[in-house]
Order: sequence, then C-alpha cells, then structure tokens
Amino acid sequence: MTTFWFIVIAFLWTGYFVLEGFDFGVGALLPLLSRSEAERRQVLGTIGPVWDGNEVWLITAIGAMFAAFPAWYSGLLSGFYLAVFLVITGLVVRGVGLEWRGKVRSRREVALCDAGIVTGSVLPAFLWGAIFGHLVFGTALATVLGGALSLSVAVLHGAVFLALKTTGAIRARARRAALLAAVGALPVAIGTLPSVPGRGPAWTLGTALLAASALAAGVTLVWGRREGWAFTATATSIAATTATVFGVLWAAPLPGLTLAEAASAPYTLTVLTWIGLLALPGVIAYQAWTYWVFRKRLTAQVL
Amino acid sequence: MDALDLARWQFGVTTVYHFLFVPLTIGLGVFVAGLQTAWLRTGKEHYLRLTKFFGKLFLINFAMGVVTGIVQEFQFGMNWSEYSTFVGDVFGAPLALEALLAFFLESTFLGLWIFGWDRLPKRVHLACLWAAVIGSNLSAYFILAANAWMKHPVGYEVVDGRARMTDLWAVLTNSTALAQVPHVVAASFVVAGGFVVAVAGYRILRERGLGLLPGRENRRGNGLGHDRVNGLGAAQDVTVPVRRGPDMWRTSLRAALVMTAIAGVVVAGSGDLSGQLLREQQPMKLAAAEGLRHDTAGAPFSIAPGVEVPGLLSLLAAHDPAATVQGVDDIQARYEQTFGPGDYTPNLPVVFWSFRVMIGFGMATVGLSVLGLWLTRSPRRRRGGPARPVPGWFARLCVLALPLPTMAIIAGWLLSEIGRQPWTVQGELMTAASVSPGVSLTEVAITLAVFTVLYGVLAVAEGVLLVRHVKAGPELPPAVTDPAGVAPDHSDETRLMPTLMY
Ligand code: HDD
Ligand code: HEM
Ligand code: HEM
Repeated sequence: MTTFWFIVIAFLWTGYFVLEGFDFGVGALLPLLSRSEAERRQVLGTIGPVWDGNEVWLITAIGAMFAAFPAWYSGLLSGFYLAVFLVITGLVVRGVGLEWRGKVRSRREVALCDAGIVTGSVLPAFLWGAIFGHLVFGTALATVLGGALSLSVAVLHGAVFLALKTTGAIRARARRAALLAAVGALPVAIGTLPSVPGRGPAWTLGTALLAASALAAGVTLVWGRREGWAFTATATSIAATTATVFGVLWAAPLPGLTLAEAASAPYTLTVLTWIGLLALPGVIAYQAWTYWVFRKRLTAQVL
Repeated sequence: MDALDLARWQFGVTTVYHFLFVPLTIGLGVFVAGLQTAWLRTGKEHYLRLTKFFGKLFLINFAMGVVTGIVQEFQFGMNWSEYSTFVGDVFGAPLALEALLAFFLESTFLGLWIFGWDRLPKRVHLACLWAAVIGSNLSAYFILAANAWMKHPVGYEVVDGRARMTDLWAVLTNSTALAQVPHVVAASFVVAGGFVVAVAGYRILRERGLGLLPGRENRRGNGLGHDRVNGLGAAQDVTVPVRRGPDMWRTSLRAALVMTAIAGVVVAGSGDLSGQLLREQQPMKLAAAEGLRHDTAGAPFSIAPGVEVPGLLSLLAAHDPAATVQGVDDIQARYEQTFGPGDYTPNLPVVFWSFRVMIGFGMATVGLSVLGLWLTRSPRRRRGGPARPVPGWFARLCVLALPLPTMAIIAGWLLSEIGRQPWTVQGELMTAASVSPGVSLTEVAITLAVFTVLYGVLAVAEGVLLVRHVKAGPELPPAVTDPAGVAPDHSDETRLMPTLMY
C-alpha cells in the first residue's frame, strides 16, 4: 500500500510537471515572443482555459502527500521553507496576473499583470527543479543546476506547446525559442546522466536516458514542424525525469525519513485508494475533453 | 514574540484573507449560474447581460480565492509541521478529497465556461458553469469537515503519538460538520446576496441620477470615489431610460433578496444547532462567547455587557431556560484536573464580541432582505401590472450595508477559531505543540511580512477592479455600440464575449 501511494503521488507530480510545465514555459516566453497586444493575447490564449486545472495537479499532489505521508508533507514544506514560500508567492502573482489581465484598463496595469505572469512562471519553474535537485543530490551545485534544468526544460516544453497551438509569427518564433532553450537544457541533462547510477534502483538510469533522448528528439521534431510529436517527446522527457527523481527518493523521500515511517495507517490508505480509483479516471477524462474543445490553433486575430 | 506567535498571526492573516473571497465565490457562482439558466429558459436578453456583468465580478473575485487558497494548502506543512504530522492521517484525507473531487471540477469547468462561450452548445456551456459551482460548494464541504474535526475529533485513535483514522465516514458525517457546513455555506449566500443587493442598489441610484447620500441629486460625488465621466459612461447614461431601465436591476435585486432571506433562515437554524453542539463539545468556547464566568443554571444572555436577558442563554444552548451552562472559570479548573496545569482560556473579549458581531451584522443583512422583499412586493391582484419601484432610500441602504455580511462571516471564524484556543485539536493537541520546530523566527517574519503586504496590495487591486466594473455597468447591446447597426439578435453573444476573456 505504501509503495502504491508513493507511485500515486509520483504520478500526480508527473501530471503537474508535464501540464504546468508548458504553462510556465508559455508564461516565461510571453515577453520574448510577442511583439503586440494581439500577439500577447494569442500567446496567453493557449493556456487560458487550462492553466488553473493544471495547477490543481499540484494541489492534489500536495493534498495526497498530506493524507498518505504526513511526515513527508510537513518535512518537505517546512524543510524548504523559504523556497516553497517563493514558489507559492510566484503562483499567487501568476494566477492573479492571468485572471485580471483582461479586466484591467490601462497599459500600465496590463504590464503589471504581465510582470506577475512572467515572475510567477520563472520562479516556480526554477525552484521546483532546485528543490528536487537538492533532494536527490544534496549539493549546492545540484540545486542550481536542477533549477536551471527545470526552467530550461519548461521553456522548451512551453515553446513546443506554443508552436503546436498557434499559427503565424508566434509559431515561427516559438520554434526558434525551442532551439535556444534546448541549448540550455540538453548539456545539463546529459551532464547529469553520469551521476544517476547508484543513487536509486537500477531502472532510474533507463528513465534518465529516456529523458535525455526524448529531449533531444523533441528539439529535432519541432524543427521539422512535427509539433504534435515534439510535444509528446518533451512531455515524455519531463515524465521520465520525474520518474527518475521519485525513483531515487523512494528509499528516503527526505534525509533520515523512510516511506514506512512517514506513511498513514493502512485504513486511510485503503479508503483513499478506492476513492482515488473511482475519481481519477473521471478527472483525466474531463480534462482531456477540455483540451479537445480548445484543440484549434489560435491566430492573432481571433481575439 | 517567538516563531509560534508569528506563525499564528500568519495563519490568521492568510486565512481571513482567503475567506474574504471564498464566500463570494460560493454564493455569487450559484447566482450567476441561476442568471444564465434564466437566460437559456426565457431567452430574454437582459438575463444574458446580467450573467456577463455579474460573471465578470465573479471572476475578478474568483482569482483571489484561488491564489489565496494555494497558500493555505501549503501553509499547514510549512508552519505547522508538528500539527500536520500528528493529524495528517485524518485531516489530510478530506483535504486530498477536496482537491481530487472538488478543485479539479471547479477549475477545469470554469476554464471551459470562460472560454467556451462560442465553442460549446449553449446547454453544455451552462452545464460547465453548474459543474464549477458544484465544485466550489463541494470544496466547502470537505474543508469544513476537516475543520470540524479539529473542534470535535471523531473516527480516530491515537497510536504512537499520531492520530490514526479509523472511520472516514464518521469524519465526514461529524455532527459538528453537519451543523457547520450548512451554516458557513448559507452564510456565504448571505454575503453574496448582500453583495448583489449593494451592486443593484448602486446601479439603481446611478441610473436615476441620485447620489449615494440623500440630498445629493447629481451624479458626481457618489461616495464611491470619483465618478469618471468617460465617453462610455456618458453614452450609457444617455441610454438609460430606453435600453435598460432600472428593471434589470430590480430583477437582480429581488433575486438576491430572495436568496439572502432563504439563506438567512438556514444560517439561523444551523447556528442554533452549532450552539447546542458547543455546549457538549466545546463548552469553553460557548462560555467565552457569553462571558459566563461560572456554571449557571438558567443562564442569562448578555446582549452587551450589562444588558442581560434572563434564561435566554440556557434556552439557546439547550432549548431549556433552566438548563445549566458551564462557565469559564469552572471549566478552567476542570481542564487543569484533566490535562494538567495551564491556561485553557481563549481570548475572552475577542470571542465575546465576535459572537455578537456575527449574529448582529449577519442578521441585520437578512433583515434588510426581508424588508426589501416587502417594499418591492408585487401589487396584490394586479400581478403583471406596474411593479413597485425600489425606493431610493432603500437602494442607499443596500449600498451602505455592503460590509455587514462580510464582517459577520469573518467574525464567525474568529469566534470559531480563537474560541478553540489554546487547542488546535480540541482536547488532543495544543497550538503551542503544533508549530514547525525547524522554522526560525526570521523565516516566519519574512513570510508574514511579504504575505501581509502582497495580500494588502492585491485586496486593494481587487476592490478597485470591482468598483470600476460596477461603475461601468454591463456592456451595451450592439445596437448602441455599433453604429453600423448589426442585427441585434445573435451577434449579441459574440459581441459581448470579450468581457469574460483574459
Ligand atoms: C467554506 C469554504 C472554504 C474554506 C473554509 C476554505 N476554502 Fe479554500 N476555497 C474555497 C472554499 C473554502 C472555494 C470557494 O472553493 C475556493 C475559492 C475560490 C476557488 O477557486 O475555490 C477555494 C480555493 C482554494 C484553493 C485553490 C483551488 C484552485 O486552485 O482552484 C486551495 C488550494 C484551497 N482553497 C485550500 C484551502 C485550505 C487548505 C483551507 C483551510 C485552511 C481552505 N481552503 C479554507
Ligand atoms: C477560512 C476560514 C477560517 C478563518 C477565517 C480562520 C481563522 C483563524 C484564525 C484567526 C486563527 C488564529 C487563532 C489564534 O491563533 O488565536 C486560526 C487558527 C487555526 N485555524 Fe482557522 N480559520 C479558518 C478556517 C480554518 C480551517 C478550514 C482550518 C482547517 C482546515 C483551520 C485550521 C486552523 C489551525 C490549524 C489553527 C491553529 C493555528 C493558530 O492558532 O493560529 N482554520 N484560524
Ligand atoms: C442566528 C444567528 C446565528 C447563530 C445563532 C450563529 C451561531 C454560531 C455558532 C454557535 C458558531 C460556532 C460554531 C463552532 O465554533 O463550532 C458559529 C460559527 C460561525 N458563524 Fe454563525 N451564527 C449566526 C449567524 C451567522 C451569520 C449571519 C453569519 C455570516 C453571515 C455567520 C457566520 C459564521 C461563521 C463563518 C462561523 C465559523 C464556522 C463555524 O465554526 O461553523 N453566523 N455561528
């Protein structure tokens, strides 16, 4: 049961990083890719209907950790106090920026919202990588590199998503941005590979290799205008990275803490399992439907 | 001043902030969904315009509810790690269920609603809003069930210094929760009702050219800041009598008055129930709310210090004017025997006054709604005849009453949470033992300062946005805005769309 819930939580985090990853990337790229108000709306329109639903993956992951491994939840959040604080501050300003942007009047106010969106995308994208980098490797260098990796991968993922969801100038610029982001992401990803063996179960090396190669594939594909496949590749890469990280954390989710110690009683885990099994497919189905409803590419004129 | 004090302040500040926005989300969401349903049923254009108008107010507010809620979700782990480790097994479960069953529903379908105006069939589009609204109300249930457990822990046992859940059903059907959920949800409808009533009152005054204060018959200086006469505003006022007489506002006013009055009955009933549960479950809170020092049979209720109604407290708390109600000092003595020496008394003046503010201000709003319904009732036997106009003084009263229900609902939380101190989990865990041991004073000080400032700025921004939007009024129908004279019927929908877009 403990293992099962660990996997559920890893799954929720994976969902979060894959989905919110492109939200962060799109947010970070906002000022870089768009030159006019119409283009900015086009860029934000790609994530507008879905970002809040994506964020709930985080809330569910955190809630599930609270319920299934209380000591892990509290140890992680109080242990990384200031980093977590910055993450949530980022999420606050980003959320408000996204929601209020269309409801303010003056240029200055719109610019403030944009600033909130950019800060609130860059900060959490960097910090999550830093937090997990630190957990896995425990060194300051790993913390910084972890942050750099997650930020650059998010930007790449976001650029690929934009290329997939837009037409015209934004699409072209997004493809270029994807290449540039890859220049940052790939060396770090490949550089990390040698330090993976020996930290977790043997299969983590496999997922790490998959993560790096999927990343490379993503860049190639987006350049070849196979944007759907490119998105699949970057999503795979993020999922494989998350799997690697959680594979390493399995033995000790926090220094000095084992899963068994952190876990809730079997009763709690069992009832949660039943409810989760019933509800999660429904959630995935209606979120998928949302993406289906908004499947059309956005042009700058639509708005 | 140590980390514990600051952590408590931080919890208080961030939670009260969250709850400034939550009630409006819960109540206004249902109201907007009702308007849209009315539009779909009747096809009357003014319902659509009201839907969009209040929908935008709803969304401005919703944003704040979401972002302040995220902070809540993390806060237990950050500042209250001992508490989280102790209760996670029981308390985490409803929180996880809330995210899984309620937040996903709410956020996903709201996204569909905002962006789906021209992409979904009308019925499906409306269903999305209802799904989101149901999500909000479900979330209230789960979080309140978690909160109720802290007041009256059930369905658990303590093993190795940690609470272990033994019965989820017991946690979800906790008697305290069953009283608290209708109480808080209905109170949220009172808040939302008061809000709509104030907005409608303001629009009625404005469109009749009346000021907020009597005697000021011009359009400026209406008390809500400068009335910027920009092109749009002026154009709208010119069209008042033709395009949208106060009727549209009368409709929303009456709908909100009905909502508030009904919710008021539920609030009073469930509040009464809560009071009786308090007598058994949290006698200290009840005694503090009453300022009752000693166990008393036939206890009086003091409306304010010095003004007492004999027997009323016993009547309220036990439905028996002769029943004994425990007093603060005697409970303190009993707790010392049970739990060892210590101070088990919450902050008495705060609890005492918040109880009165809650009931007084809250029921005043409900009273206002009953009065309003009577004033605007349809003339007997001549239904369908000319409706009674909303009196100007009543419209003014509606605007001035805006802060009352919000103050009442916040006071309710102060009563509930401060009245529970020094316990986090009644009888099981003290607040002092809940705080994160590894987090330093400086760290809490930084986060407290930043949250206070950031939230302050955001709250002002939300206020400005709401006021501005209320002043601007609903978007004009195309016949007025578009000189080319597009056929008004179906283009209407797309024209108005940008209101809800990012
Ligand atoms: C009685 C109702 C109620 C109460 C007591 C609370 N909340 Fe809340 N919360 C809501 C009712 C609500 C809501 C109405 O459902 C919100 C407001 C806006 C929204 O999206 O949902 C919400 C939003 C909201 C969100 C954002 C959801 C999203 O992104 O869509 C989170 C994470 C929380 N809350 C968590 C909490 C926690 C941990 C609380 C305990 C201290 C808490 N809330 C108290
Ligand atoms: C949203 C409405 C709520 C408001 C306005 C509110 C308000 C407060 C306030 C003002 C305090 C501080 C009391 C003091 O320290 O003297 C407090 C304490 C606390 N509340 Fe609530 N509360 C709310 C809901 C909840 C819910 C739903 C939970 C749990 C799910 C909760 C859990 C706690 C905890 C753990 C404390 C102890 C920390 C402390 O003493 O500050 N509260 N609350
Ligand atoms: C006849 C009127 C009312 C009575 C008798 C009443 C009674 C109570 C009682 C006894 C509690 C404490 C429950 C506990 O801590 O376990 C409470 C809490 C609360 N009340 Fe009221 N109340 C009334 C009106 C209102 C109104 C009008 C509002 C807001 C508009 C309101 C909002 C709240 C809130 C938010 C709480 C905290 C949540 C809770 O503990 O249930 N109440 N009420």
